[in-house]
This record gives sequence, C-alpha cells and structure tokens, in this order.
Amino acid sequence: MTKTAAFEAGVSAALANEALQHALADVPAGFVAGRARQKAALPEFEGLRRTARDIRDHTLAHLDAYLEEFERNAVSAGSTVHWAATADEAREVVLSICRAAGARTIAKSKSMVSEEIALNAALEAQAMEVVETDLGEYLIQLRGERPSHIIAPAIHLRAGDVADEFRLRHDHLDASRDLATPEVMVAEARSVLREKFLAADVGITGANFLVAETGSAIIVTNEGNADLTMSLPKVHIVLTTIDKLVPTLADAWPLLRLLARSATGQAFTAYTTIVTGPRRPEDDAGPQSCHVILLDNGRSELLQSEFRPILRCIRCGACMNHCPVYCAIGGHAYDSVYPGPIGAVLTPALAGVGEAGHLAQASTFCGRCEEVCPVEIPLVSMLRGWREQAFAASDDWRSRTFLRAWVQLAKRPRAYGLAARIAAAILSALAGAKGILRRLPFGERWTRQRDFPAPQGTTFQDLWKRRERDEGPAP
Amino acid sequence: MSRNRILSAVRGALDPSHAPARRSAASARIASAPKHPRPNIAKLEGDERIARFAECLAALGVDRIEVQAADEVPAAIATYLSARGLPLRLRRGEDNILASLPWHHASDLVVDIGPAQADDAVGLSRALAGAAETGTLALASGPGNPVTLSFLPDTHVVVLCEQAIVASYEDAIARVLAENGGVVPRTINLVTGASRTGDIGGKIVMGAHGPRRLAVILIRDGAQRT
Amino acid sequence: MTDGYARRPRVGLFVTCLVDLMRPSVGFAAARLLHEAGCEVVVPRAQTCCGQPAYNSGDRESAKTLALATIAAFEGLDYVVAPSGSCAAMLKLHYPRLMSGDDDSERRARGFAERVHELLSFLVDVRGLASVPGNYAGKVTYHDGCSGLRELKVSGQPRQLLAMMPEIELIEMPATQACCGFGGLFSIKFPDISNAMVSAKTASIDQVAPELVLAGDLGCLMNIAGKLSRQGSKIGCRHVAEVLAGETADPPIAHPRAAS
Repeated sequence: MTKTAAFEAGVSAALANEALQHALADVPAGFVAGRARQKAALPEFEGLRRTARDIRDHTLAHLDAYLEEFERNAVSAGSTVHWAATADEAREVVLSICRAAGARTIAKSKSMVSEEIALNAALEAQAMEVVETDLGEYLIQLRGERPSHIIAPAIHLRAGDVADEFRLRHDHLDASRDLATPEVMVAEARSVLREKFLAADVGITGANFLVAETGSAIIVTNEGNADLTMSLPKVHIVLTTIDKLVPTLADAWPLLRLLARSATGQAFTAYTTIVTGPRRPEDDAGPQSCHVILLDNGRSELLQSEFRPILRCIRCGACMNHCPVYCAIGGHAYDSVYPGPIGAVLTPALAGVGEAGHLAQASTFCGRCEEVCPVEIPLVSMLRGWREQAFAASDDWRSRTFLRAWVQLAKRPRAYGLAARIAAAILSALAGAKGILRRLPFGERWTRQRDFPAPQGTTFQDLWKRRERDEGPAP
Repeated sequence: MSRNRILSAVRGALDPSHAPARRSAASARIASAPKHPRPNIAKLEGDERIARFAECLAALGVDRIEVQAADEVPAAIATYLSARGLPLRLRRGEDNILASLPWHHASDLVVDIGPAQADDAVGLSRALAGAAETGTLALASGPGNPVTLSFLPDTHVVVLCEQAIVASYEDAIARVLAENGGVVPRTINLVTGASRTGDIGGKIVMGAHGPRRLAVILIRDGAQRT
Repeated sequence: MTDGYARRPRVGLFVTCLVDLMRPSVGFAAARLLHEAGCEVVVPRAQTCCGQPAYNSGDRESAKTLALATIAAFEGLDYVVAPSGSCAAMLKLHYPRLMSGDDDSERRARGFAERVHELLSFLVDVRGLASVPGNYAGKVTYHDGCSGLRELKVSGQPRQLLAMMPEIELIEMPATQACCGFGGLFSIKFPDISNAMVSAKTASIDQVAPELVLAGDLGCLMNIAGKLSRQGSKIGCRHVAEVLAGETADPPIAHPRAAS
C-alpha cells in the first residue's frame, strides 16, 4: 500500500469513528473560541505576532552563537549539557543518565521531543518504569497510543473512554467505584500519579524555551506536573532541541504572552517555570543534577533550507485547532508525531518526503493556520514547497501525465477553447434538464458524495464572441 | 563529538565566515537585552494596576484576602482555613517576613516549617512579586519558600505585599532578581491560578497535580498609591 | 469614481476557466457590473487558466508557463479583474513569487500584479461603485472563500454591495469563514475529507435556511451546490455577481433547468 493509500485508509477510519467525531466536535472549537476571546481582549495581539516572529528569526539567524552562550551559562549554573545529533544519540544519552542514577522509576512531563525519539520504548526495554504525568499523556500511555494533538494529547478521547480505561488499568481500586465525572477521574489519576512522583528517581521534562542569557529552561504546564517532575526526583533531564533558544529572558515574554493565548485560549498558563540548573547548596529541595540534552535531529538541515521558518514554531497547536482537515480527521490519521499543518510541514523534513510528503497534499490551502500562527510561519507556502519536492521526485506518472497534458492544452488558447466548448456541450447534454450529474465519467471521486453541477452548455468565450458579433464591441 | 558536528552544521547553514559577527551580535543582545513593546495591560500604574491584578485573580478563581497590615496575616489565614473547612495546620519555609509574623495571634493554627511533606494539606509561601497583566504570582525557590510548598499541598496560600504588584512579567522578574541579590534562583515559579487540566473530555477540572485551591493574602501595609 | 482615469479605464476580464466552462452567466454579470462602474470591458481571447492547479500540485514550471501566457494576454490594459478570489490571488500574489529568481519575468509579473483585482473589491475599493443593477428580494447568506478572504482581504466589500439592494436580507451563517473543502484538486484527491468539510458547511447553511447561498468563487459554489443537491436541499447557490448584476435568468447552480 502506498503512503497516500495508507493515509486515506486512516482518514476513512477516522471519519467513521463516531466517538472521535464527537470529541473533535467540541474540544478544538473550545480552543478556537478561547483564542478569539484572548485576541479580542488584547489589541496589541497582531503587533505581538510581528515581534515574536522577529525574535525567533533573530535567534535562528544567530543560532550557533546562542547555543554556545546557552551552554556556557547552563554549565556555570551547574547543569550538564549534552549534544545529540540524532534520535539514537539522544536516547543513548538519556539511558546512560538513567543507568548512572540507578533509575527504576522515571517521571516524565509532556515532551513532544521524547515522542519524536520514541524514548519510552527505549527506557522500558531497559526494564525501567516510565510514567507520563501530564494527564493527557498518561491516558494515551495507558492505551498504548500516540498523542493526537501536541498540547492536548488525548483530545480524541471522551470522558467515558477514560472511565473505561481507568477501571481496566487501576485494578487495585474497587471495580464498582464511581467514575461518573471528570472531577472524580482527575482525583483518581492525581493520587495514582502522586505515588509515582514520590517514587521517581529521574524526572524528564521538555522545554518550551531555552534562555541563552541565563542557561535556563522555561517550562509551562497547567497541571503543575513539570514542577513536580523537576523538583522531587534526584535527577532532572531537560530533553529538548536546538531550535528552542531565545537570546534573553526579555525575549521570552512576547512569546509567552502569545503561547497560551494561541494554544488553549488562556491569557497565561497556570505554571510558567524558569529553571536554572540543579539544587543550590542552600536549597532544601530540587534535583542533585540537571542534564540538558540538545537534540538536532534534522533541525540544522532545515536551517539552511527554504523551510527555515518552520523552526520558529513554539508548539502552541493553534494551526491544528483551526485546521478544517485536522478537525475532520483528528491527529492519529496523520500517523506522524506532529499532526496538523505543523506536522504536515515538519514531518517530511524529519522523516523524508518519500515517507511523509503525502501529508502536504492533504490541505485545501485555506490559510487559516498561518492566519493564527503566533510566529507567522508561512505554512501554506511551506506545504506547497513540499508538494514541489514531491512532484519533482514523484513516480506517480498518472497525475503527472494528466497535469502536463492539461498544461499543454491550456498553453494553446484555440485548442483549449475547442476542448472547453466540447466539454461544456457534452456535460450539459448528459445532465439534461436535471442540471446535475449524479455520476461523472472519470469523476466518481467527486460524485460519490456530491452531485456535479451541469455547465450551462456554451462557453463564456463563445457567447462573448457571439455578443460582440451581434452587438459590436461593448460600449 | 556530536557537539562539534551540530555546531558546525548550524554554522554551515548560517554562513561560517560570519560566525564572529554573529557571536558579537549575540553578546551585545545579551549584554543589553532588547526592550520589546509591551501591551497596555502590562503597563498599568497605580490603582488601575492594583485593580487589574484583582480582576485577574477573580477571573482565575483565586481567593483574595486583603489585610491592612502584616500583623493581621496569621489571623486572616486561620479565618480563611476555617471558613473553608480546611485543617488549621500549614507549612511554610524560613522566609524572614513570614517568620516575623505574629503567629501567636492565631493560637489554634499549627505552623510547620520546611519543605512540603507528602501529606501536608496547606502550604504557605511569600511571592516576591505579582504581575498585574494576568494576575501572576512570582515565587523564587530556596529555603525561604521551598518550591514543594507550591505544588504538593491541596491548598496553597501566598502572601503578597501590595507594593510588590508590578505591571508586567518583565517587572516581576526584575523584582525577583533584586530580592535575590541579583542571582537567578534555581526556579522562578510564575503562578497564574491553581493547578488545572482539561484533558478529560475537555472539561476544566482544578487540582490536577498541584493545588486545587490558591489564596492570596494581600498586605496593603505601606502601599504607595500614585 | 476614485481613480485618476479621465477616460473610461479599460478592464481586462479574466474570466477564469471554471466560469468559461461551467457558468458563463457569471462572466456576463461581472461585465455588467464593471460597465456600471464606468469601465470598458475587454475579454482577451488568449486567456485560459491561471495555472493554479499546476502551482498547487508542485509543478512550478508548468505554472510559470501559464503565468507568462496570462500576463502576455493582458498586456496594455489598465486593470485585470477576475470574478474569483482564488484566481485573483494567484495572479496578484503568486505570479511574482513564481518568477522570483528571474529578474525580467519577476518585474513583468510585479507590474501585472499591480493591475490585478478581485471583482468585488475592485468595484468597491477602486471604483467606488454606489449602486448596483440587481434588486434581489429574499434571504441570502454569503460564504467567504478562503483565498479572497485571507489573501486579498475580501470580506466587507461583497456585504457592502449586497446592502445596496434594499430588499435583500443577508443572514450570516455560523463559521462563514470556514473552508468549504473544495481546494481545487484536493476535492478529488481527498474526497472523504472534502466531503466532511462541505457537510459541515451545508450544516451551517441549513442553520440559517436562506433561499440563496452566495460566494465570490465558482469552485466553492460548485462544491457547496453539489452537496446541497445530493442532500436534496432546495437552497440555491449563485455567484454573488449574478445577484448584484440582476443576471438571474439562469437557474441557480445545480438546479434543474427551467422548461423551455
């Protein structure tokens, strides 16, 4: 099965999945409404987007210098900085830190980078217990699924699904207990996960930003799970990528002012934490060591390509909340770590255009994603860029031949006019008085679910010519 | 090894011959951080600023208790806890200002000191600043205000002096650094409302991992209204 | 009139391939409106398609070939106007991008782009049209086509023009700015997703139950009308120019022909 065919099969399954369709009907819409409210309440919103874009562009244009600054300052704050060129290397670094710590239980705060490098499987293969502590991540970990959204990983689940899962997995609790409301389920997850936090030897978080000036990581959550992850275990690992830098703390605020507003529609996330190194001698709490892993995994290549602006991304998820394709099919149908418009641009870069180029085809180019992107990534142009690469590499001779033949025709106005005249006449005759075609020869991908409107029968060019002949040129 | 590979790949992508110029541009930006435009809500002064802070707390579901002077804090906490049916026992750090409060005024309130323990019900911290733009509290880790107090107990009570309410995050961080002798503490915790999650069916539920309930005791003592 | 032409400006009508093939009445309506706005309308014979299907399929070379042919076909005219946000955006915004790296062609494309306008925004913003020939009486809703809305900022102009007809009642549907799922070749490359999107759109339309759905792009309209027809709906779909120009003798898109 080709990648496109596999994708289409996933799409059909998603569209037929009633539970998923229910979930998709509510949650992204809530995020969209929330963002709209925040934008309306902040007249400077559009100006902030410009500022944010410029900060990201400046950072990317000086990335080598800021990486070195970050390293220097992180080390002087007591962190150990590790560099990983590939996913394999990053996994190896994490494993060796965990081994050295004698880790049996590892608490994780939500990290898309850890999904990117498939970290959990690698840790579990070493007989370490990994516990996702973001509630959404925890739910999909229980179900053996991938996140279907970068900020709301379990957006595809309804409360009832969660209750079923808890009953199955938390089998040490009374099977007949009440799980009727999200409140009860959150309380149950809290107490189950609290035990894990207290037992964890290593805590792994991602980073929303890295600050070169101070060697800090900035991590935002609403649940507070990242704070417990970085405060209770004796080792803290910040697993992140080289594009997450900002030059100074002053550069972080415009981005943070946009992040939650764009993501969940909150003015600010409940917990925004600037963490700089391990515990200090005078500290009463915090890890004994802090490791920052800087992963490249294709970013440096993107930096020199036409796709550099994708590295501006601050992972808010607004593009997927506002994407009509994402909202129709959900995240899993993309079968990639990052779904939605950002995924359709990033995944071909990370996995190769042969593996994931088809994702860039699945867009109407409606442009809503770039309209809401807080750092003004030209997502449509980038999707088109992947289509260009896919077209150049394509072995799909049918669509190539069709397209080229059509262009040959369109280059010749007379021949084109004749073909249009014939097509208009035939289609119109086939439709008869009904005004529609319920089946279209060669067009059943249209007519399976829609009628095809009949042409009026004569081309505009012909009618205009006739009018000019009858009436003389228009006055 | 990977370090050099990554850095030279990045340098290659950016034109290696300009690396020195990039380095000096980066140092210059760090030496003198840019002043980005701030939205109006991050520039408020005087009563407007105080009012914005209060409105934001209310919208976030944070309980706000005003006292006229620091002396009133222990009694106000005791009243708050009993009104909510919460145990009259809290834990705090070694913060000088918290230590200097007249705890004997609330004689039935038990005060433990040190980092949070797993079964603590109430944590008390002092915030070094409040950013009016979103009703955000800025706390710094350390023995004065152990970070665990902000996250392990079910109820988090935060003492804040009204003079410490500033307009923006930028101002809040400046205040945190000034109070901390210019040193960046291990964590600066910006707290905007209590812990919450929307991960089960999209419904917002309080108390995901951190506190279900957040209360701010605002001390108006010596507040300079301009 | 708000521009500086002493004589009547000569406007080249970029008919669009869909209007040429499917619905000439839209072209005549556009010509009528341009005439009302004091323009001389010219229809270059050498025009065919703007090249968007090739451009959006990643075939830059073919798109460039068609772009150059289109630019040549409209030499010497004061304006180029298209009754489509999507095609107008292609001509105005994407032609110069297509030519980047080729200075001479890029300069030509930029000069061309400056003269290009989407029909409804041209009538309002450039020509300051104050009254329209049409006088539709009834309840309508307007679908904002994506390219016109987001690339060319066409949103107030059609509504302003519709408001010139005293007996029309414009009722906004929910999510009027949501994509209808047409997307050119997308509609046949990913028919299931396209169908989900157009079904959401017809559900929004049903909520306001208009007599007519109007839009500025025939692509969207064929998609919406095709879906409404399959759903057995009586709601009609027309290009907004037809209603504004009073050119409504032909039945709405995908509706049965009047017995002749």
